[in-house]
Amino acid sequence: MTAARTVLTIAALTLREAFRRRVVIALVALTVVLLLLSGWGFSRLAAEQGTDTLTSGQARLTASIMLNLVMFGFSLIAALGTAFLAGPTLSGETESGIALALLARPIRRSAFLLGKWLGLVAFGSGFIVLAGLAQCIVVRLAVDYWPPRPSVALAHLAAQTIVLLTLAVLLSTAVSPMASGVVAVGLFGATWIAGVVGAIGRSLDNEAVARVGSISRMILPTDGLWRGAMHAFQDASAVVEFGGGSEGEAFPFLSAAPLTTTYLLWAAVWVLMIWALAAGSFVRKDL
Amino acid sequence: MTAADTTAAGKPVADLPPAPAIWCSGLRKRYGRQQAVADVSLEVQRGDVVGLLGPNGAGKTTVIKMLLGLVRPDAGEAMLLGRPASEPATRVRVGYLPELFRYQPWLSAAEVLALHARLSGVDVSDRDQREKLALVGLAERAGDRVGGFSKGMQQRLGLAVALVAGPELVILDEPTSALDPVGRVDVRDIVLALKANGVAVLLNSHLIGEVERVCDRVVILDRGRVAASGTLAELLGARELRLHLTDVSPEAEARLAATGAVERTGEWFIVALPAHDDGTAVPDLVRDLVGQGARVHAVEPARISLEERLLGILRAGEVERGNQ
Repeated sequence: MTAARTVLTIAALTLREAFRRRVVIALVALTVVLLLLSGWGFSRLAAEQGTDTLTSGQARLTASIMLNLVMFGFSLIAALGTAFLAGPTLSGETESGIALALLARPIRRSAFLLGKWLGLVAFGSGFIVLAGLAQCIVVRLAVDYWPPRPSVALAHLAAQTIVLLTLAVLLSTAVSPMASGVVAVGLFGATWIAGVVGAIGRSLDNEAVARVGSISRMILPTDGLWRGAMHAFQDASAVVEFGGGSEGEAFPFLSAAPLTTTYLLWAAVWVLMIWALAAGSFVRKDL
Repeated sequence: MTAADTTAAGKPVADLPPAPAIWCSGLRKRYGRQQAVADVSLEVQRGDVVGLLGPNGAGKTTVIKMLLGLVRPDAGEAMLLGRPASEPATRVRVGYLPELFRYQPWLSAAEVLALHARLSGVDVSDRDQREKLALVGLAERAGDRVGGFSKGMQQRLGLAVALVAGPELVILDEPTSALDPVGRVDVRDIVLALKANGVAVLLNSHLIGEVERVCDRVVILDRGRVAASGTLAELLGARELRLHLTDVSPEAEARLAATGAVERTGEWFIVALPAHDDGTAVPDLVRDLVGQGARVHAVEPARISLEERLLGILRAGEVERGNQ
C-alpha cells in the first residue's frame, strides 16, 4: 500500500471518529451557545452606542476587546477539543489494542501517525475557522464591526490549534491518553499566563519579567500565535485608544504588534520538530 | 546473454521450494529487568499448522508481536513468507488476530473489514468481504456498530479481519479465548479449511485439545526459550495398545511380540505399536489373534496426551533449573 493512500485512509478515519464519537455535536453545541451569548453581549453594546455614550473610537476598541475575548473562548474550546481527541485516538488505541490489528497491516507507522495528525489538523483548523468566521459575522450584524484582517487572524488561530495538537500527539506517543490531554492543555494555559506576565513586564520596563513571555512563546508558540491572531482581529487604533503602547500591551485581550515572519517560520519549524520527535517515539514504541 | 540463457539460469531458482511461511532465529526481548524472550528460533513451512504452547509468561505473544513488527526484538532475525519481518510490505499476505482484540467501536463490522481490506493494499471485493463476515457467523450483524458486540462477536470479527486480504500466513493469538463451544468448533473448521487451501497457520492457544486436533507441529515455549518442538508423533512418542485376552496360544503370544514390545499383567497385554503406522497394525493384529484362537474381550488404544507431554516438559525444565 502506498504511503499516501495510508495517510489519507487514516486521516479520513480520524475525522470519521470525531463525527461518530459526537465530538462534533458537542463542539457545535458549545459554539452555538457562545455565539448566542456573544451576539447578546454585542447587541447590548450596540444599544449603549445608541445612547451616544461612546465615541466611535471607543466603540471600535470595545468591539475589538470583546471579539478577542470571545475568540479566546473559541481557541480554548479548540485546544481542549483537539488535545483531548489526540490522546484517545493515538495512545488510547495503543492501550486498548485497536492499534495492534491496524499496525500489523503493511503500513508504515510514520504514515499512520501522519494520517492521524492530518485528520486532527483538518478537524481542529476546520472548527476554529468556521466558528471564528461565524463569530465575525455575528459581530458585524450586532455592532457593524469587521476585523481588519480576518483571514490572517483565523489562519493564526488555526496555526495555534495545530501547534497544540502536535504537542498532544507527541505526548500521546509516550504517556496515557488522559495525561497527554491534561499536560497539553496545562502547558497551553501556562504559556498564556506567561505571555500576560511578560507583557506586564514590558509595560513596566522590567527586562527579566518581560523575558518570561518571550521565552515561553519560543518554547510553545501557542501564545505568540494567539497574540498575532488578536492583532489581526482588533481595530488598528485599539491599542492607541486603550492608552498607548505599554498599557495596551499589558492588557491580555489586545496585542501591540503583528507577528514577524521569523516568528511564523519558527512556529512552522517547531511543528516540524515536534512531529519528527513524535514519529521517532511512535516508530520505536513496542505495542 | 540470450533470453534462453536467462530462462535456463532462472530455472533452478524457480524450482526451489518456496521460503518458509515463518523463519526466525535467536529472537530476544527484554522489558526492563524482565527477559520476556531469551532465545527463540522456529520455522513454519507453507501450508503447515503449527501450535505455539507454553505457560503464561513463556513469551508466546511477544514472539508473535516480534514476527509482526509490533515489538522490536533486541536481537535475532525474522522472515515472513521469505521477506524480512521488519519490512511493512512483508505483511501484505499476513493475517493476524491479536490476543487483545479490539476494533473501532464507532464503526460497523462491515466498515472495520473494509478499512482493513483497504490498508492491506489488496483489492478485496465487497462480495469477498461479506463472505468473510458470513464465514465467522456475522453476516446478520454486518451493519451493526462494533461497540454493541459481545466479546465473542468481536473475536469472530477479528478472525474475519485476519482472513480478509487472502493471507498466505495467518497468526492467531488465542483465537477462541472468548468463544463458546460452538464458536471453538467454527474456528477449528476455519483453521482446517485454511490448511486445506495451503495457508500456513501459527496458532497460540491454551486449549491443548484444540492444538492437538488441528496442528501438524507444535513448538513449546518455556521462560522465553523453545523447550521442545516437533510433529505430534515425535513429541508424543509411540502409541500403545491395551488388550484383554484369554486362551492365548504360544503362536498368539509370538504374534503379539512381532508387533512390538509386550508387557503382560494377568489377562491384560500392553503392546507398543510401530511409530509409523498406516492404520493397519491394530486391525491386522486383532484378525490374526482371533485366527490363532485367542478370545478378544477388549482392545483399547492408549496414547500419552499432549497435555501430559507438555506438563512433563515444563516440569523437567523446572527440575533442571532447580539442579542448576
